[in-house]
Formats: sequence, structure tokens, C-alpha cells
Amino acid sequence: MEQLPFIAELIISILLVAGGFFSLVGAFGLVRLPDFYARLHGPTKATTLGVGSVVVASMAYFTLHTGELAITELLVTVFLFMTAPVSANFLAKAAMHRKVSCMEGTRGEPWDQ
Amino acid sequence: MITTALYITLAMICLAAVLNVFRLARGPDATDRILALDTLYINGIALVILFDLLLGTRLYLEVALLMAVMGFVSTVATAKYLKRGSVIE
Amino acid sequence: MTAERFGLPQPWLTFALFVVWQFLSDGVTGASVVMGLILAIGIPLITHRFWPENPRICRPWALIPLLLVVLYDIVVASVSVTILILSPRQPRSAFVAYPLTLKDPLAITLLASTVSLTPGTVSADVNDEGTLLLIHALDVDDDAELIRSIEQRYEKPLLEIFQ
Repeated sequence: MEQLPFIAELIISILLVAGGFFSLVGAFGLVRLPDFYARLHGPTKATTLGVGSVVVASMAYFTLHTGELAITELLVTVFLFMTAPVSANFLAKAAMHRKVSCMEGTRGEPWDQ
Repeated sequence: MITTALYITLAMICLAAVLNVFRLARGPDATDRILALDTLYINGIALVILFDLLLGTRLYLEVALLMAVMGFVSTVATAKYLKRGSVIE
Repeated sequence: MTAERFGLPQPWLTFALFVVWQFLSDGVTGASVVMGLILAIGIPLITHRFWPENPRICRPWALIPLLLVVLYDIVVASVSVTILILSPRQPRSAFVAYPLTLKDPLAITLLASTVSLTPGTVSADVNDEGTLLLIHALDVDDDAELIRSIEQRYEKPLLEIFQ
């Protein structure tokens, strides 16, 4: 690997580790949270943000390394940000249809139509 | 420094994938398993991009894009199957 | 109307396809511009029967501040969800029915996606009449406060864009 300026290396490394951290937290939430609807929150955000920062790190690295703008990675992030709410919505609808139970103390009612 | 950060991130995402597999095995409902698979493919995309960085090429970007597309379609298809009993009406 | 006469039934779709193709081919070159133009004009012509009527977008530039607000919220609220996941206490979740003022289906889709993307809330369903949006909130104390903040932050700019 060629040498990049120190500050660029630092920023890219921080972005990478932050991405890994958010993915890990999302997965941990998937294991820890008590009911399905709460677990739905983990992957749609934490994981998408995790991949997002890894992608930004990759973009920065290749742009600085080759001197050409590397933007194809951005397409992956944009696509994930567009699809994550849709799949979460479909999963929530399926869960309400199957009458997946909520945890105790949940206010309000899921509906199914 | 980037190489060290890359290995740390790879380890974190692999650990995340293990946690996802735990939820996949545990269930309890089919929707939980689909959710675990959904998270797993997103982590897979992150792994592919990290692998790209590690090798210093951009050859595998198309793989990441295709994984995003295919993963989304399969999540929606399975969720719709659970709700309606059929994928294409 | 004028765009339709030139063989562009969906000018916005054409524009989006062209931009996406430039991204895919990694930078603007002569070949990518030609291929992008062919695809951007051809695909809407082939698929226009599948699309419902065009959404009426009045102020597209008003999307940019909304986008910045959403990006900021995603980062800030992700941190709060992270803290919640890592802390041992049980979250206080709730289903909240959000009354929609928006009428346009595309606008409702955008609002639901925004609500899902910002951490702490997932939009679960829209009722058949398109008047209520069911939101699952991971950790809230006050339902009315949540409804008010969504209305202020996301629905108002969307109303401006689509009406």
C-alpha cells in the first residue's frame, strides 16, 4: 500500500472502525431485544449506517489513492438506504399478519387488515 | 494504520455475522429468521467491500451491488410469501 | 406536456437513470454518456405502462434541506439507539397511529421511508384509506411528542414539495 497523508489515513480508519462498530451493535440488538418489533429496529438503521460508513471509507481511500473520483460505491449505499425501509415495512406487515406477540408494556395495538 | 483498522473491522463484522446466525437458528418466528438473513446479507456486502479494500482493487464492487439487489428481492419475496401465501398474485 | 412530445413520458425517471448510469460506469466519459442517454430514453418508453400517473413535484429543490435534516437525524439518532441497545434496561416501545395530512401516494411513501430510516421508529403499515400511518417506536415516553416532531421535521417540507 502506498503512503497516504496521516490525516486521511486517520479519517479512513475511524470510518472503518465506526462502520464495524455499528454493524456489531445492530447484530447485538438483534440478539438482545425482547420482541420482534423491537428487533426490527436494529438492522434497518445500525447495520445500514455501518455499511454506509464502510462504503464512504472505501470511496475516500480509492479516490485519494488513484486520484480519480470513485463514486460507484455510493450507489450501494443509496440502494441500501432506499430498500431498508421497504423490507422493514414488509417484515412488519408479515409479522402483524402472523400475530407475532409484543413484549409486555407495549402501548398501542398492532393492526392487521 | 488502514490495514490494522481493516482487520479490526473485519473481525467486528464477522462477530456480527455470528450473532445474526444465532438469531437465525433461535427463531422463534419465521419473521425473525428472515430479519436475521436480511441483516446477514447486509453484513456480507460490508465484508465484500472490506475485501476490496484489503486487496486494493475495485473488482468486487459489482458483487456488492448484486448482493444488495438480490438480497432485497429475496427478503421482500419471503416476507410477502408469509403474508399472502404466494409471491406473485 | 412538452416533455411527453419529445418522447420522454417520465422526465424525472429519465434523469435518474442517466445519473445512475454515470455512477455505475464510474465517472463521465463519452461512452457512458451515449449509453446512458440510450438507456435513459429507452427504459421509460418500454416501461411507461407499468407506472401510475406522474407525481406532481412542485419544488424539487426543497428536497435538499430535507435530505440534510434526515442525514443528520440518522447519525444522531443512531447513537441514541446504540446507547439504548448497549444499556441493560428494557425499552419502552409503543405503536403510534400517525394521522397523515399528505395525500399523494409517493409523498406518503417518502414519509414512511424517512420515518423508517431515522432510528427509533419503523413505519409498519398505512391503512386502506391512506389516512393513518402505524409507527412502531422503540423507546418513547410521550406519543404526542413523537407525532409532533415527525410533523415538524418531515411532513411539513414534504407538503411544501408536493403541493
